[in-house]
Amino acid sequence: MTDYHEMWKELGMDIESHDTLCEVLPNAIGDVFLSQENRPKAMDFWDMVISEVHGIRPHELIEEQKKGRKVFGTFCVYVPDEVVIAADGIVTGLCGGSQFWVPAGEAVLPKSTCPLIKASVGARLGRTCPFFRIADMYVGETTCDGKKKAYEILGEDVPMHIMDVPQMKREKDIIRWKEEIAEFAEKVEEFTGNEITAEKLGESIRIINEKRKALARVFECRKSECLPISGRDALLMMQISFFDDPVRCAEMCNRLADELEERISNGVSVVPAGTKRILLTGTPLAVPNWKLHNIIETSGAAVVCEEMCTGTRYFENLVDESKTTLDEQFMALSERYMKTNCACFTPNTGRIDDIQRMVKEYKVDGVIDCNLKFCCLYDTEKYSVSRALKNEGVPVLSLETDYTDTDAEQLRTRIGAFVEMLNA
Amino acid sequence: MKKYLIGIDIGSTCAKTAVMDRQKNIIYKFQQPTGWSSIDTAQNILGDINRLGIDTGEAVIVATGYGRISVPYADKCVTEITCHAAGARYIYGVEKAVVIDIGGQDTKIICIENGVVADFLMNDKCSAGTGRFLEIMANTLSVSPEDLCEMARNGSDTSISSMCTVFAESEVISLIGRGEKRENIAFAVMDSIASKVASQAEHLIPREAPTVCITGGLCEFTYLRELLADKLHCSVVSSAGGRYAGAAGAALYGEKLI
Repeated sequence: MTDYHEMWKELGMDIESHDTLCEVLPNAIGDVFLSQENRPKAMDFWDMVISEVHGIRPHELIEEQKKGRKVFGTFCVYVPDEVVIAADGIVTGLCGGSQFWVPAGEAVLPKSTCPLIKASVGARLGRTCPFFRIADMYVGETTCDGKKKAYEILGEDVPMHIMDVPQMKREKDIIRWKEEIAEFAEKVEEFTGNEITAEKLGESIRIINEKRKALARVFECRKSECLPISGRDALLMMQISFFDDPVRCAEMCNRLADELEERISNGVSVVPAGTKRILLTGTPLAVPNWKLHNIIETSGAAVVCEEMCTGTRYFENLVDESKTTLDEQFMALSERYMKTNCACFTPNTGRIDDIQRMVKEYKVDGVIDCNLKFCCLYDTEKYSVSRALKNEGVPVLSLETDYTDTDAEQLRTRIGAFVEMLNA
Repeated sequence: MKKYLIGIDIGSTCAKTAVMDRQKNIIYKFQQPTGWSSIDTAQNILGDINRLGIDTGEAVIVATGYGRISVPYADKCVTEITCHAAGARYIYGVEKAVVIDIGGQDTKIICIENGVVADFLMNDKCSAGTGRFLEIMANTLSVSPEDLCEMARNGSDTSISSMCTVFAESEVISLIGRGEKRENIAFAVMDSIASKVASQAEHLIPREAPTVCITGGLCEFTYLRELLADKLHCSVVSSAGGRYAGAAGAALYGEKLI
């Protein structure tokens, strides 16, 4: 293991506090990932990345910054990476997924804020995450009230651009999102000093489409009756894809998909035949939030799909590559992004359609709908999700949790009972 | 040859054990406080089983409840949801019903269809609407939980607004300070529990001819049963054996392991 303390010091991090975070991570990785049997060999890459998650990629980013490139930190799958890459910028995800960062967030935010927002603000203000230190500019968005207000606080500490995500999906909203994308492009050009041409944007659209296709290939393998990868491993791949270079990400995901396809043709499964297949839907699972997957998969079931931002919402639908002018390309981007179904929209029946489709595609036995505590949007939508699925005879378990481990046993009882019910 | 099916339900406040013969008749049942250590309780139960002259080698043992993982000699651990459903089916002879289990620290609503769990709900971390809530309020009023429940029958027109046990307790203290009649405070406490449980149960209760049965530690509290029937607009059945529903369900599960 390389010692990154010097780099962290230069980033102005709170080293002492950060060391305590680094101490707990190896145990969690061991318990959740390394303890599994019969894992795909290609997971080696993600095992390596996660074991030095605050070292390897941050070091790469800093090296690129030295060459004059800018790093943009984002919090939402609605922010178009293509625009940043077209200006030779780099995108990194910034969502906090650990309880470790929550207290520093609670120092400035109401306790009744969702843990993802509290952890994200805490990671920046507590100076305990290199990605939050490295990003030259944060790109926020208006997907929930908690985030909107939190960005105001973060914006006092770091350059911030906010994209106004529409709340409805009418034609005029799609046009409005296109305008937001065009404005974002201007901002990115100004910040990086690089012009975005139709040619460059066309190339970045292709790059991100390739990444989406690679992620989709891995998910395609999860549809097989012969399950070649655990939900935990697929989640890890997904989470890291928000931080990695998109070309390498596609390459690694394709390498994994090659192996998974071979496993399927050889009948290699990570679970015994008849293991109940779970679709997880709801709020995102940011690194290192592996709690639900770990409980589900140690309770005798397997997670085969995540209808989440850290899941299908990230890669489903491609951007039309045939457009040749910036104006058309911005519109093509808007059309693709506006297909993503988030609870911040009204109505959001598309999400229910997606879940119902995925239940069939992934041969799902039961759905677990889980939201992070204090996410009023996803919490409220549980009612319609569960009603629609129950009407189709699909068992649903609704849960709410945060980043602490104190409810692990209660979750284990609910999830255990749900799996027993599916097996009865 | 296995001669016995034993179910052990280690709940948050009380540990229940049911011993069945292979014809599924309960031949022994006993309970003890869980105390602070589930592991010690499990060992005590083992001693009790042995004292009844039962060789555990001749028994299939299934553990359930919060302390289920603390029973090293169990052949299997099963969640209390599955066990309460099976136990309610056994005790009340129902194939389609809604089971309300009011336990020490949580309340479960279980929908049974064709004799098996079709859906369920559990309350969150909050202890409102549970046995613990009742215990704390009874303590504050210096009566037993049983007496508080019966006392409530003669009270009326008082309510507790808070759903949180700690805040509700301070509301009760304020009512005492104001000189409110104890019967009325008792009524407010019972009404609060019944309202909380009913609002949870309503999510799973079918429109037509529902059968609702109560299991768990509060199943012998008749006035609570009446309040629930009133709030849910349906008949609610209960029986003294309901306390052992989890243990009986666990014992029955053992049959699958033979």
